[in-house]
Amino acid sequence: MTILFQQLSNALALGGVYALVALGLTLVYGVMRVPNFAHGGLYMLGAYFTYAVLNGLGVPYVVALLIAAVAVALLAALLERLVFYPLRNAPHVHAMIAAIGVLFFFEAVVQRIWGADFKQIAEPIPGILNVGGVVITWQRLLVILASVLAMLGLNFFLKRTLTGATIEAMSQSREGARLVGIDVNRVGMLTFAISGALAAVAAALIAPIVSVAPSMGEVMNLKVFAIIILGGMGSVPGAIVGAFLLAFAEVFGGFYINLDFADVIGFAALVLVLAIRPQGLFRRGT
Amino acid sequence: MTRPAFKPGPLVWVALFVLAALLPLLQPGGFVLDVAINVMIWSMLAYGLNVMLGYTGQLPLAHAGFFGIGAYAVGILTLREGWNFWLAWPAAVALCALGGLLLGLVAFRTRGDAFSIFTLGVGVIIALVINKWDDLTGGNDGLNGVPPASSLLGIDFSKSANFYYVALAALALTVLVVARTRQSVFGRSLVAIRGGEDLARSAGIDVFSHKLRALMLSTAIAGLAGGVYAAYVGFLGSAVTGPTTTFTVLLYLLVGGVGTLAGPLLGTGLIYVALQFMKGLQDYQYIVFGPLLVLLVLFAPQGLAGLWNRAQMRRASARTERAVDHA
Repeated sequence: MTILFQQLSNALALGGVYALVALGLTLVYGVMRVPNFAHGGLYMLGAYFTYAVLNGLGVPYVVALLIAAVAVALLAALLERLVFYPLRNAPHVHAMIAAIGVLFFFEAVVQRIWGADFKQIAEPIPGILNVGGVVITWQRLLVILASVLAMLGLNFFLKRTLTGATIEAMSQSREGARLVGIDVNRVGMLTFAISGALAAVAAALIAPIVSVAPSMGEVMNLKVFAIIILGGMGSVPGAIVGAFLLAFAEVFGGFYINLDFADVIGFAALVLVLAIRPQGLFRRGT
Repeated sequence: MTRPAFKPGPLVWVALFVLAALLPLLQPGGFVLDVAINVMIWSMLAYGLNVMLGYTGQLPLAHAGFFGIGAYAVGILTLREGWNFWLAWPAAVALCALGGLLLGLVAFRTRGDAFSIFTLGVGVIIALVINKWDDLTGGNDGLNGVPPASSLLGIDFSKSANFYYVALAALALTVLVVARTRQSVFGRSLVAIRGGEDLARSAGIDVFSHKLRALMLSTAIAGLAGGVYAAYVGFLGSAVTGPTTTFTVLLYLLVGGVGTLAGPLLGTGLIYVALQFMKGLQDYQYIVFGPLLVLLVLFAPQGLAGLWNRAQMRRASARTERAVDHA
């Protein structure tokens, strides 16, 4: 029973991180109709920016996290301007290929600057919490709380503020949004910035648990794409549910079946779901 | 008016392959042959990708996985089971075609972006399974000592200069099959699907079965290339079966020109040879490749073949204008 709760806390922390990264991706897909393959690159940059700010400026962890989030948000907005905006009318395959190029570029640059080896970020609150025999590290708890907080904040932003409503409107209908006077260019940039910030926050949160490496973006990329296909591309609740489903499948599958194949289990689940429901769990029709 | 499209006629292709066949007679160094064989292997993979992306308009991202399946099938069958290379190779191609069929049955339930992402997931699964299945594939250590191609008709193909002809023949076969396919009714139907699935369906084309057959052809070609790779390199590691390889070949294809017959060979040859002369640049490879991909889709999405076409068309229209002026 203790082991079960232990795994549960692991799965929740992992799911929270997956959800933050997947939310950004699904928002961008909803608004721009672009599968942003560079998203994993933004996630990876978030981790490296946190690492660099922590070591370079010696500021507290939370400040480093915020600086990284802002920096990646700006970069994502710039990316939208330079790459995705000019390609908005081109075939989708073009935007996908360009995004892959951007991902390669990020990875190569990071490898040049920081090297290919793993980097460690110290846990801001070291130590563990023992609740009735269930051991949970403070960092995992922090990840769970912060990701829930970020999701609630995003939900408030999308549902209760005018700017957030424009994002929702645009994902429903680009033309309709333009007709009622929404500046679709500004919303596009904003969505990219939000997705970048979410990815950076997720990376900064998980970085003390896993280590930081240039290839971390590629792996995360595949997982979050699996998640948003699972949840239905562009669907916000779908991304959250998909993220926790994948995290649970990985943690429990890895624990009870075979740790080596934990990654395969996630993708196998995706293949299975798509074989039965090609449009994902949360989207009607195609 | 001149023919605007960049389509070297059959004669140009025959001349090219005859010239290529004469290359070993010049007794070039091992380096030249090595580069030539590598270019042929990777351009075959690019041809396979082109059948899907260029003709059918779908971007599958599992091709390195099928390349890997072909390569490992040849490797395992010849090394572990003691099969003759000339038996193992067709078996590997058949296996890849079958794999393509199975993938397509599921993957074509999705379309567009979801199809690409789905196949990317499958590509990752293939690479992971190859990496983790120690008993079959040697896992992380890879498969060492795949025997070179055995003799056939009294020719010893274990020598690099002779094996060159195996690769050349495989490439020639690939180009021929792709060219014939493109010309056939089947190929035209594929192009119609690229133009619009719903429209193609309304014209009476069985979209699903056409896409399925295109994918099978495409993965079979990937397996063909993989088989040559296995016998040539002699060592198989799981890294080559991952998405990075797919993306690199995608770059070759884009540089050459998507949807053209010359594009895959042109792009692979150019980039691969250029890289050989910039060994110092290899660490920076992706710092250059990444932005290059972006710039290509932004400014020259049709690649070199497309640029050539545009130049031809401009010249042709200038000529017509001049003719009109003189009239």
